[in-house]
Amino acid sequence: MRGHLLSAADLTLDDALLVLDTAQELAQIADRPIKKLPTLRGRTVVNLFFEDSTRTRISFEAAAKRLSADVINFSAKGSSVSKGESLKDTALTLEAMGADAVVIRHPASGAPHRLANSGWIQGSVVNAGDGTHEHPTQALLDAFTMREHLAGGRGDLAGLRVTIVGDVLHSRVARSNVRLLSTLGAEVTLVAPPTLLPVGVETWPCSVSYDLDAPLPTSDAVMMLRVQAERMHSAFFPSAREYSRRYGLDDRRVHTLPDHAIVMHPGPMNRGMEIGSDVADSERSVIVEQVANGVSVRMAVLYLLLGGAPLTGEGE
Amino acid sequence: MSVTHDASVTSGARVVIRAAGVVGRSERFDLVLSEGVIRELVPAGTADLGGARVIEAESLLALPGLVDLHTHLREPGREDSETVDTGTRAAAAGGFTAVHAMANTDPVADTAGVVEQVWRLGAEAGHCDVHPVGAVTVGLEGQRLAELGAMADSAARVRIFSDDGRCVHDALLMRRALEYVKAFDGVIAQHAQEPRLTEDAQMNEGAMSGVLGLRGWPAVAEEAIIARDVLLTEHVGSRLHICHVSTAGSVDLIRWAKARGIDVTAEVTPHHLLLTDELVATYDPVYKVNPPLRTADDVRALREGLADGTIDVVATDHAPHPSEDKDCEWGAAAMGMTGLETALSVVVEAMVETGLLDWAGVVERMSATPARIGRLAAQGRPLAVGEPANLTLVDPLARATVSAATMVSRSRNTPFAGLDLPVRVVATFLRGRQTYGADGDMA
Amino acid sequence: MVELTSAAPAIVRDCKTSFNDPSSEAGKEVSLMSAVGSSPEMPPRAVMSASDIARAITRMAHEIDERTHGADDVILLGIPTRGVDLALRLGERLAEIQGRAIPVGSLDITMYRDDLRRRPARALLPTEIPAGGVDDALVVLVDDVLFSGRTIRAALDALNDVGRPRAVALAILVDRGHRELPIRADYVGKNIPTSQLETVRVQLLEHDGVDAVVVSGSPQSDEAS
Repeated sequence: MRGHLLSAADLTLDDALLVLDTAQELAQIADRPIKKLPTLRGRTVVNLFFEDSTRTRISFEAAAKRLSADVINFSAKGSSVSKGESLKDTALTLEAMGADAVVIRHPASGAPHRLANSGWIQGSVVNAGDGTHEHPTQALLDAFTMREHLAGGRGDLAGLRVTIVGDVLHSRVARSNVRLLSTLGAEVTLVAPPTLLPVGVETWPCSVSYDLDAPLPTSDAVMMLRVQAERMHSAFFPSAREYSRRYGLDDRRVHTLPDHAIVMHPGPMNRGMEIGSDVADSERSVIVEQVANGVSVRMAVLYLLLGGAPLTGEGE
Repeated sequence: MSVTHDASVTSGARVVIRAAGVVGRSERFDLVLSEGVIRELVPAGTADLGGARVIEAESLLALPGLVDLHTHLREPGREDSETVDTGTRAAAAGGFTAVHAMANTDPVADTAGVVEQVWRLGAEAGHCDVHPVGAVTVGLEGQRLAELGAMADSAARVRIFSDDGRCVHDALLMRRALEYVKAFDGVIAQHAQEPRLTEDAQMNEGAMSGVLGLRGWPAVAEEAIIARDVLLTEHVGSRLHICHVSTAGSVDLIRWAKARGIDVTAEVTPHHLLLTDELVATYDPVYKVNPPLRTADDVRALREGLADGTIDVVATDHAPHPSEDKDCEWGAAAMGMTGLETALSVVVEAMVETGLLDWAGVVERMSATPARIGRLAAQGRPLAVGEPANLTLVDPLARATVSAATMVSRSRNTPFAGLDLPVRVVATFLRGRQTYGADGDMA
Repeated sequence: MVELTSAAPAIVRDCKTSFNDPSSEAGKEVSLMSAVGSSPEMPPRAVMSASDIARAITRMAHEIDERTHGADDVILLGIPTRGVDLALRLGERLAEIQGRAIPVGSLDITMYRDDLRRRPARALLPTEIPAGGVDDALVVLVDDVLFSGRTIRAALDALNDVGRPRAVALAILVDRGHRELPIRADYVGKNIPTSQLETVRVQLLEHDGVDAVVVSGSPQSDEAS
């Protein structure tokens, strides 16, 4: 692996399997009385969150702490950033404080790339979600969850059929998942109204359908993406009701899934919009596990980036 | 290279440029400049050198001074990125003897007062002629026409009007503007960008934008406005100029319009002739520009359009920005690239080295035709006896790596940094006075 | 004298024959050396055959049974990779002797190594703690080669985070000397004195297709006065 995790597109099959296998081993820590490993003792991990996200930030924080790293949380609200300090100056401050890794979530696509390639910091950069571009650790924990339930917890996802439904156009989770799942050998189908699919999606390694009912009977996993009702004000769909009727995963649709199929959601959910409330709480739903798996996966990422000799930022 | 304002080299003094190449001729010539004009044009070695400052030009090519229809000098208002003085120095370093300064300054150049101020600043700096462009609408707001007549009658003699930076999107207002400027042989230069299709757009809409997660800027946002405006131009019998054409579809529309006899001219920037949207994958805002970098197919169509005359001129759209506006994440960065100092090199790289254009074609598109569109009688003239001595000497065989740090412009946002490009501008003369280049032996 | 750790590359310097060393351990080789590349490389030699290994394991199983007085809370934890296979074999022998199942698991020590920063992060190996946990049990760590002792130090730290055994012992197939920490093995298959520059490799059927212990590399004096 290189010195940064900026996008799922950068992960080869071997990289992806290494992360998943490492996460597999690290998951055991959660069951021990002492949930700690000494591996990153003395390293500093900074959570640099320019967007509100308690869930992801806590997940990274738990991951870093379980590896005995020191964690510094930097959130945009109330900080100098909200008073107009630039990304560059924030980065230079962190560098002066000696951050070994910066976990960054930012509303601008490409902000982690700037951080990694500008020379402002020396440490590793982990993308925790940049604009509508990518969210690689989410895709990794999604793949980990699918592997547990559908592939016996080992190897790749060859032959698995995954359907991803929702606002693909604005979804970094969708982009990372399409990339990673196809690297792992799964077949991906995207389902959305035409307005919520990006131009050029036909070049992506997946198929596209405007009809949700068609792929469900042969899907091994269905991933529902969050859809903001406010999008109807930009005419992406006429009303929340119509969206939910045509693209929501309700009880009726869930019953068309094969018995073994799982239902996933990266959260936070809009119950009643893209996913029925009962569906979210049903036995098929692995949504809560996804959260737990997130800690193991993020521990694996931090270990692989920081646990050994310093990696350069370039090179295969 | 430093700019020389050698006191001894005034318009009155004699300057002899020895053994320069001239476009279209294989022999070499001595050019004698005196009192602002080309006094003699004789075979190399035959000019009388007495009392003259001699410039050796044995390996150099003499070109008519370049004319830019589209430059941002930023003064008044954004002097942190460029001033009329630094911008025109950069122009002279690029071989330009005249530039048109766009109106999106602060305050906006929408009155006779502001255009005259800019014109005067240009004259005082003396590095090249500055022709201010007047805004089409007050404050560039697209609501009411600015006092186009007053600006035309002012000392700045404005003939080109543009809201560049913004589109004159209201169809009725565009119609009125096209009609109104007929009275003084003015031209509306449209920045074609349908605002509703490009809200918060960041890069060309295509396969790259979908992958990079940046909001797309569809080609149709440019083409739809061009389609509407050429038809309006035809309907009211006026003339239209299209700024920075960037898509293959736009080239097709302009070709169609010209075939119908519509009086439309068009410009393309050097960067749109060379760079594509794949560079955006670096997320480096030096590649962020309006209109955005497009695909390889668009670049190909633009080159062909420039070669066959569908696109009339190259215009730099020189857009300097201070480093804090580019040294940040893409979404927060300003749009624009500098271009005056690299324009000739990039055009030669994209058009001459590829065999699409010869040097005569370059001169036509970067000097003669822009001057004609701008109605500049004393610029863009051929190198001939009696013509104003507005010319530039270039080394056509030199190659150099572009370095942002050594540029004359106050700003560093060039997308060509690190590229190895042909042609070096060695000296520039404005009415016989040297505005760029070292003293003495240039060869 | 230059200190060598188990992970550092060998440092080459002029070497003197150590005539003062009345080597009493079988197999210790001392030779003259002038410069890198010109020292005589010994061909790899097998110091234990398959039957030697089998006998050693059987003997160690009997020793464990004897010294633990037949305690019923013995757990074997092998250190991956080959320590696990050895632990399984040892467990089988012990089970035969004691007539009951012996819990066998694995304990990966990668995260507890003291040389993590010297190489890119390594892939983790499996850790499987037997169902009852390790609290109050007698844990016997099992590994193939005991050298500097750092691996075992890491294993003790790893074990400490898993639980609190009542005692920890160490069973090793080959002890090759050159300890850098105060660690000793309780049960040893064979003592094989070596030089620092030699390599001792345990080959097992499960991984290498054959059971053998092989020593290779150029032996040379590693002591300068």
